[in-house]
Amino acid sequence: MTFLGRLGFDALPFYSPVALTGALVEVGGLVAVVLVVTWLGKWSYLWREWLTSLDHKRIGVMYIVLALVMLMRGFVDAFMMRTQQAVAFGSSGYLPPEHFNQIFSAHGTIMIFFMAMPFLTGLFNIVVPLQIGARDVSFPFMNAVSLWLTAAGAALVMTSLVLGTFSTAGWTAYPPFSEVAYNPGTGVDYWIWSVFIAGFGSTMTGINFVVTILKRRAPGMTLMRMSLFVWTTLVTSILMVFAFPALTVSTALLALDRYLGMHFFTNGGGGNMMNYLNLFWIWGHPEVYILILPAFGVFSEVVATFSGKPLFGYRSLVYATAVIGILSFTVWLHHFFTMGASPNVNAAFGIATMVIAVPTGVKIFDWLLTMYRGQIRLTSPMYWTLGFIVTFVIGGATGVLLAIPPVDFLMHNSVFLVAHFHNMLVPGALFGYLAGYMYWFPKVFGFRLDETWGKCAFWAWILGFYLAFMPLYVLGFMGMPRRMEHYDVAAWQPLLIVAEAGAVLIFAGIAFLVIQLVVSIRNRETLRDCTGDPWDGRTLEWATASPPPHWNFDDIPEVHDLDELAWRKRHAYKPKTPSRRSPIVMPDNTPAGLLIGAFSFLFGFALVWFIWWLAVLSFAGIFATLTYRSFRDGTEHLVQPDGLPGESR
Amino acid sequence: MSDPADTAQARTAVQTAELQAVEERQTGFWLYLLSDAVIFSLLFATFGVMAGRTAGGPSAAGLFDLTHVFAETMLLLASSFTFGLASLAADDGRTTPAIAWLVITFVLGLGFVAMELTEFSGMIAEGAGPQRSGFLSAFFTLVGTHGLHVTAGLVWIAVMTGQIAWKGLTGPVLSRLQRLGLFWHFLDIVWIGVFTFVYLAGSL
Repeated sequence: MTFLGRLGFDALPFYSPVALTGALVEVGGLVAVVLVVTWLGKWSYLWREWLTSLDHKRIGVMYIVLALVMLMRGFVDAFMMRTQQAVAFGSSGYLPPEHFNQIFSAHGTIMIFFMAMPFLTGLFNIVVPLQIGARDVSFPFMNAVSLWLTAAGAALVMTSLVLGTFSTAGWTAYPPFSEVAYNPGTGVDYWIWSVFIAGFGSTMTGINFVVTILKRRAPGMTLMRMSLFVWTTLVTSILMVFAFPALTVSTALLALDRYLGMHFFTNGGGGNMMNYLNLFWIWGHPEVYILILPAFGVFSEVVATFSGKPLFGYRSLVYATAVIGILSFTVWLHHFFTMGASPNVNAAFGIATMVIAVPTGVKIFDWLLTMYRGQIRLTSPMYWTLGFIVTFVIGGATGVLLAIPPVDFLMHNSVFLVAHFHNMLVPGALFGYLAGYMYWFPKVFGFRLDETWGKCAFWAWILGFYLAFMPLYVLGFMGMPRRMEHYDVAAWQPLLIVAEAGAVLIFAGIAFLVIQLVVSIRNRETLRDCTGDPWDGRTLEWATASPPPHWNFDDIPEVHDLDELAWRKRHAYKPKTPSRRSPIVMPDNTPAGLLIGAFSFLFGFALVWFIWWLAVLSFAGIFATLTYRSFRDGTEHLVQPDGLPGESR
Repeated sequence: MSDPADTAQARTAVQTAELQAVEERQTGFWLYLLSDAVIFSLLFATFGVMAGRTAGGPSAAGLFDLTHVFAETMLLLASSFTFGLASLAADDGRTTPAIAWLVITFVLGLGFVAMELTEFSGMIAEGAGPQRSGFLSAFFTLVGTHGLHVTAGLVWIAVMTGQIAWKGLTGPVLSRLQRLGLFWHFLDIVWIGVFTFVYLAGSL
């Protein structure tokens, strides 16, 4: 062992020109960002207003920036896979097998952990405190720590592109293939530590939002007066608190096998690899609902607002959300029906899986009936919602098919499965997040996004989605396994070329999203929203200015109705302004969260490369930062609602 | 802000925020304990799965010295009791007894960890280390995770003793001490499970 563990010059990606190009693009991008910020002289602004901020809105924006950047990376991976499969009939294509395996592992890991999770957490952060009439989340500092742990995990995955290789064991890292005996390199270790560190962040996010929603609602806001997005956030956060420990355990045990030679999941020595699958999916299935429920919440808000009506069946939507949350813990075994459990066990999990379709169906009908006889405005958030409803029902139907164990034995590990879960998660998660992005953007920045480009992006995405994934259903029936680097069945190639065309359209969709952002920033004066309520909204977040002040509301609102703002408009209600406002206690900015994230990144990096001294030092750094912070009381300042900063404590 | 009415109002705002913070932190900490309980229950379940997978190596019967483990258990239970006395003293605002009971709790906890390490090193010397079999991997991981928690608790006790000595029994210090208490008693409950399902059931 040298000073730098197993890190040496051979870690650089000279094994493949494609990987080298990727690494150069990534390093070049990073250098370009640093140069641009330096050229603009914005480092101190960035440090003061963003990197050290504890403001939930700023943290939310940073989460979403991370998500969008990682969306690009994950999409590039997807595009490379589709291209490889389009050309790799009877030839080896342009990607060597080891590299192809890294790409599908990275695609799944990035899209789940570093695109979807930050996106939904960002939306929670921006919206929930505003919707419940609060000034911030319950634990602003822990919120920053969560953000920077997620960013540290993402940075580890991105580092694997430049130094060493990423996992070839898929995003689920099933043993025994992910054990040292078959995967001795850095790949699985990068996977373990990036997911482990980000998972801690998500657990803390869960705790933060459960407490925020239970303890910080404005007076008058009973549980049944919470908007549906708040409800889905609450259920999602509970799922995070209870599901993420299972991810921590499964990755930690895999790490013990790999680092200390234990025998949890090995072939010999009394290991039991199926136990990994159980542990992993005890997290993994609730995770599906962690991704989807927030999008359901967004759709509920969007449908009600743009139909100009209260939600149809609000109570049934709340109960359906809660039931989905509970059932999500009862179906994990359907991810491995082929494990060899008895038919009775498989049947029980199959039935539980089908039962989840019931509350989900309830929601679909509720959204449809909300639109029925509403005054519908077809804005871009509404486009995503309508596209979701149609597409998601198809995905749900194929899910019920897969829930039948004998059918699953045939379809397992085929691209039918790939088509199914993309059919759930692209409309059921991503479309929801994009709807939320376009819906709440004016609240955060004070101007709307361009509608035309938003609709172009929608059409490119949804057509691209159908072209890319419907062929995979057919290919699954034709017997094509997932994760094929090359193949020799001529009948598959035409459909794979169609899927490639879909990927090209989705690329256009991403390009349109970028164009939309650029055009909107350029035209921000015409798109400016001075009212704070650009959509004729129904809930509290539209009752304050856009962008809201740091403390959200000058006076904490009093809540009378589920759709409080709609109620206020109907009753021409004007809240009384107190003659004398009491000052507001707000948390001070601190670099501690960023520091903990940086130390966690170093900690993960050191463990991947066996640089033990650095692991010890960075862990000590985390501990020292936390202890130093715990010795400081009064890390808040007072503000006067008229905007004058008050005395510091 | 020299107006006395303003100052009074500011003080009220700060006090209200502090009270709310204490309550929220308590709730959040309970949620953390629940998620930690999930970690332990999965480790227990894994231990249940692995208990018979000895790969021809030693099995639970005859491996454990119950007297040693019983003494260990008594140390931890006693430390929970002394922590309770520290909490009572702290709630009454008696700084010196609070620190004294915390130090005694620390010593008892340290004894527990030391006994656990003695047991572990003895087992490893006998060739019953965590690499020997799936069963022993699960044993060392479950018991070791509890031991790591106790160690983290010891560090926390040390930090809190320092805070009491330095800052006195202020509101934030008391609130942290309460959460440390929850953590410490929680580890006791987990240990009861370990003692019963790992050691007693294994020695039958």
